[in-house]
Amino acid sequence: MTKRLIEAKNLKKYFKTKKGLLHAVDGVNFYINEGETLGLVGESGCGKSTTGRAVLRLLEATDGEIIFEGENILEYNKQQMRQMTKKMQIVFQDPFASLNPRMSISQIIAEPLEINKVYKTKTEINRKVKELMETVGLAERLVNTYPHELDGGRRQRIGIARALALNPKFIVQDEPVSALDVSIQAQILNLMSQLQKEFHLTYLFISHDLSVVKHVSDRIAVMYLGKIMELSDYKSMFKTPLHPYTQALLSAIPIPQINVRRERIILEGDVPSPINPPEGCRFYGRCRYRQGICKEQTPELRDMGQERFVACHFAENFK
Amino acid sequence: MIKNESLLKIKDLTIHYVTEDGRVRAVEDMSITIGKGETLGLVGETGAGKTTTALGIMQLVPNPPGKIISGEIIFEGENLIGKSPAELRKIRGNKISMIFQDPMTSLNPVMTVGDQIAEVIKLHQKVSGGEAVIKAQEMLDTVGIPMERYKEYPHQFSGGMRQRVVIAIALACNPKLLIADEPTTALDVTIQAQVLNLMKKLKEEYETSMIMITHDLGIVAEICDKVAIMYAGNVVEYTDAESLFLSPKHPYTIGLFNSIPNIEEDVEALEPIKGLMPDPTNLPNGCSFHPRCPRATAACSERQPKSIEVAEGHFVFCLLYEHQLQLGGILDDQKID
Repeated sequence: MTKRLIEAKNLKKYFKTKKGLLHAVDGVNFYINEGETLGLVGESGCGKSTTGRAVLRLLEATDGEIIFEGENILEYNKQQMRQMTKKMQIVFQDPFASLNPRMSISQIIAEPLEINKVYKTKTEINRKVKELMETVGLAERLVNTYPHELDGGRRQRIGIARALALNPKFIVQDEPVSALDVSIQAQILNLMSQLQKEFHLTYLFISHDLSVVKHVSDRIAVMYLGKIMELSDYKSMFKTPLHPYTQALLSAIPIPQINVRRERIILEGDVPSPINPPEGCRFYGRCRYRQGICKEQTPELRDMGQERFVACHFAENFK
Repeated sequence: MIKNESLLKIKDLTIHYVTEDGRVRAVEDMSITIGKGETLGLVGETGAGKTTTALGIMQLVPNPPGKIISGEIIFEGENLIGKSPAELRKIRGNKISMIFQDPMTSLNPVMTVGDQIAEVIKLHQKVSGGEAVIKAQEMLDTVGIPMERYKEYPHQFSGGMRQRVVIAIALACNPKLLIADEPTTALDVTIQAQVLNLMKKLKEEYETSMIMITHDLGIVAEICDKVAIMYAGNVVEYTDAESLFLSPKHPYTIGLFNSIPNIEEDVEALEPIKGLMPDPTNLPNGCSFHPRCPRATAACSERQPKSIEVAEGHFVFCLLYEHQLQLGGILDDQKID
């Protein structure tokens, strides 16, 4: 039986700015089953990273619930949350900025073990560090090197080792391969899926790269301007995208094949400002199917059957 | 292979950076040709030498530490190497222009976008200030920015719009050759689609030749006529786009294709290229790809592969194909798996 590990209910995160309230995440709903990967895609500024951080309480949500193993962790106090963070970890995008340059590899990986007092002796910690390095494919001789001596791929392996140190159940992967070259990217993606199987991990995989997201995800959520536009299993989504934004997004990917001609939907204009967004569908201004109702009424994420959810008044027309 | 008059011919170009840590062989013995109206894709990963090649063509390699060691860059029949700074200034921005990756750092933040376009026009064409402004407004219109925004500053534009401004500046003098260094890498995919569409349109309209530097094979498939795949300073495969996608030959090229997640079919695991990019100051002997190559033999660590024409206009730098050369003929398209 599939079990829900984590669920976001009506999650909201607003930021106060001089110009008004910035709706970074505006009522997002999703769940992730144990051992599953949910991909979260969208363009810059759509709120995907903010969602990832709010889920871990690295940012305090403005409203909503985060249910982890049946309990709303937004109600937890500091003490309870500290226990919780052992189960939830994050891997960041930029392996150049997310590692302390003055700490050696072993210190970086050992830090979470020390903070949480997992082991009593130094020997035990060192043994665990070695074990973790082996798990993520870092050579033992690198144990005393510093981040600047290593390339991006190895640095990202350190980030992964550190995230794994406390045996988490859930990891937010925030653009983990975006800063890497394709040949290295493939190595890291393979490592992540191998670790997922080995340790039965659950991932929220955030990325702007649709081909990467499709490769790693079981289900995918497409975000636009703080809202989820479509959420479904990856196969159905790529076969018949039901939201006009998903359609445009998928058609825009350059495919590395020659002589394949596809109809490309070119969206006009840019993503509008998330500050004080007007009523109605967030995609209204750029949608080629827009009608009067789209401007007046915000479409909710609706169940279209077969675990597919779409926030569009006219989703039925695209089936 | 498209055969027409060549606009740019690079012959045996070698560029090194001499640093305290050693000599970086950024570009080694590179030879490529670009015809009029043709687009060449220059593909490779970080440190392959793509940007150095572009800077070499523009004669903008920072010196020191960079130095063009040898070779020729023949543009419209004249060698650009050895030209005086004054002569080069007349060519840069006029006959050859360049688009950089990051549109925020390539624009002047304290000058209106319109003035930045007009500046290039005034510099290279004998026109009055008023005429330059009119021409600049036309350029804005060409790249799809309303003329009313002439007097706005770069920070008032979004990333995609800024890159359009950069394209407008680059095209203002109707260049013969446009070098685009990862022009869409900093952009979102829907905006990337807009910019690529614009570049395709302009290419058709003005018959500009283009060098498209990218790491994205999807973009190559979309826009390029020819492709040169680079690895650690060397071109490893050089052919027309169709041959590259239908029958890639070099093990590195094949490795690149296997590394990208396929959007059309499901693959359980990717087949990455093993290992890491070599240290540029200490490249392996022989073929610099051999430590990572699944088909390397003992000979690969001893000898540097020379250019081998495996099919008409399809050049591979790999010893695997050497026996074919000795057999003395062009072989049928067989794929390496």
